[in-house]
Amino acid sequence: MTELERKQDRAPIPSGWEYATAPESREIVQLRERYGHFVGGEWLEPKESYATIDPASEEPLAEIGQATDEEVGLAVSAAREAFENGWSALPGSERAKYLFRIARVLQERSREFAVLESLNGGKPIRESRDVDLPLAAAHFFYYAGWADKLEYAFPNRKPQPLGVAGQIIPWNFPLLMLAWKIAPALAAGNTVVLKPAETTPLSALLFCDVLRQAELPPGVVNIVTGDGRAGAALVKAEVDKVAFTGSTDVGKAIQRELAGTGKKLTLELGGKAANVIFDDAALDQAVEGIINGIYFNQGHVCCAGSRLLVQESIYEPVISKLKRRLQTLRVGDPLDKNTDVGAINSRAQLEKIEELVRSGEEEGAEIYQPPCRLPEKGYWFVPTVFTNVAQSYRIAQEEIFGPVLSVLTFRTPDEAVEKANNTPYGLSAGVWTEKGSRILSMAQKLRAGVIWANTYNRFDPSSPFGGYKESGFGREGGRHGLEPYLKFE
Amino acid sequence: MSRLPVRKTYKLFIGGEFPRSESGRTYEAEGQNVARASRKDVRDAVRAARGAFGKWSGMTAYNRGQVLYRIAEMMEARRAEFANFCSGPKEVERSIDRVVWYAGWADKLAQVLGSSNPVAGPYFNFTVPEPTGVVGILAPPEPALLGLVSRVAPAIVGGNSVVVVASEPHPLAAVELAEVLATADVPGGVVNILTGRLEELAPVLAGHMDVNALDVSGADGEVAELERLAAENVKRVVRGDADDQSPWEIAGFLELKTVWHPIGV
Repeated sequence: MTELERKQDRAPIPSGWEYATAPESREIVQLRERYGHFVGGEWLEPKESYATIDPASEEPLAEIGQATDEEVGLAVSAAREAFENGWSALPGSERAKYLFRIARVLQERSREFAVLESLNGGKPIRESRDVDLPLAAAHFFYYAGWADKLEYAFPNRKPQPLGVAGQIIPWNFPLLMLAWKIAPALAAGNTVVLKPAETTPLSALLFCDVLRQAELPPGVVNIVTGDGRAGAALVKAEVDKVAFTGSTDVGKAIQRELAGTGKKLTLELGGKAANVIFDDAALDQAVEGIINGIYFNQGHVCCAGSRLLVQESIYEPVISKLKRRLQTLRVGDPLDKNTDVGAINSRAQLEKIEELVRSGEEEGAEIYQPPCRLPEKGYWFVPTVFTNVAQSYRIAQEEIFGPVLSVLTFRTPDEAVEKANNTPYGLSAGVWTEKGSRILSMAQKLRAGVIWANTYNRFDPSSPFGGYKESGFGREGGRHGLEPYLKFE
Repeated sequence: MSRLPVRKTYKLFIGGEFPRSESGRTYEAEGQNVARASRKDVRDAVRAARGAFGKWSGMTAYNRGQVLYRIAEMMEARRAEFANFCSGPKEVERSIDRVVWYAGWADKLAQVLGSSNPVAGPYFNFTVPEPTGVVGILAPPEPALLGLVSRVAPAIVGGNSVVVVASEPHPLAAVELAEVLATADVPGGVVNILTGRLEELAPVLAGHMDVNALDVSGADGEVAELERLAAENVKRVVRGDADDQSPWEIAGFLELKTVWHPIGV
């Protein structure tokens, strides 16, 4: 540690800083009391329903349908009919224009969607406004351009759509995951039935209004809501392809369910990414990368940098800088523009985080949490760092999916690779060093689908995303993201 | 007086060596006693394949291409023997040509399957194909040689190491190929070949937690149970063609890795 750093450590903690609240108005969002399933361009009155809530206040927002097997079947039939009666025969250039329209409407209504996303999911408005919405619109814009160029993406392979795609998405990036699923499926000429996550259905339901404005033919996109039972029904239904983003356990169950059926499957599952900091890294940038890696979206990120691997020689300054930076994170109202860390998405998720954090303490790791006042209602968890973590601890092995960082150390690059790869997952990894040859060497040796070097948690529609090993298979994004939605001669 | 020929013992090929089955069993196929591999032999073969993966996948693509070409050279030298173990000289020639064809792919995959991605921000971003790891291959029952080569070559050219369950009724071509591989600069463990009962070996390979992908091209109809076992560690399941050559056959055994780096001064 330098003299300056020692001095800074004694400086008053920045959490003493006071901010005036800067809430984004929720006026812009008009919610209906209840929502049905969106099937064949119409709202289908659900047989069963449940309440979706605002996780920051636990207040109910609307009644949502819990799709039955029969309702899922109706949605799949509507998608099949739309596929056979027009959509698959539509020239790619026309499909493209629908997708461009959707992208534009999303851009036009982006603030409305951003507020709704934060309201229903608990994520900070700064993130839904600056990350989720621009990326969702960009995804439609990107794949729109592919719709009439498929034969250039796959020369000599005569790409054809598969038919009906059943798509199941998680609650961490509800609208963005919808865009990741629907945009390439439609560009390739398929129709879809999409099931948003149980806790975050509202942006997908509002998206149906975007489809109305874009005048997308009825049945091309169908939305059914509900919990895992609705997802299971969709997997078993007469769909030609299943795309799932979610937990590794559910992914395995889906893969087992589809065994022997010949249905196409892509899985984007869990992760336990290593974020590797070498002693020659630009430390302040690296600390920002660590923070962004694990506290972005409350750590509800499958590719979160949840295992920090620090080279021993810089362990102390990194931890001290990290703790100081942690004190500046503002936890609270997702709709406040100052908020860095919003609400945990659900009570169930909060309980899972609490359980794993307890296990970390019991197994012998040292916990650090900055002083932090949490709102009285809603689901919250203080950004947490564990040091003294052994590789065998559950907090170093299992995906926590919350704002909890486990810190491990290494001495040599080989040891860093060994530890980083010591997981059944392989979704992403981070590397921080100023040495170019070391970046490329690490990028080669880390067994993960996305490597962020001197950055973290970057996403782009042109950039393929997906896992190695038990983090799943198939890619989303880029030219590669089209392939799972096509068949070839 | 005519000379009594020296017969060959047909053994397994694991980690570059030729052991008998640890179970001491054989079965009779094509008029010969052939090693009948056990579950333990499968596990040993997977361990050998995992051990070889780092070296093989770490070689330059140019180098891997040369090793594949060397396999073709060694096969060419044994054309007569191979012809005895398959449908004849035509199949042998096609098999050799197929290995040559795949050899040429080693250093072209990244250019055909990878990409440079124009992300909306100051980042350099590219995607490269990488081998998925250890691949379990159920070789097609026939064509005995061409089917085997058509499945093994695309898996190894991309840098994977493989554990092959040879055709149960026609295993001799596979044993002959093992002898070629042992003398063709292929590092020990990159290709491991087991002979025996498919029904006994396939589930062990499908359920093995250190196998990353499963090629069920040679499974006899009922693949559902194998696919269920494969889901235990999210294996990539490939249903390939017994007589096809295509870069997409290679792609089934590849992962895509995307790397980001900021652009700045």
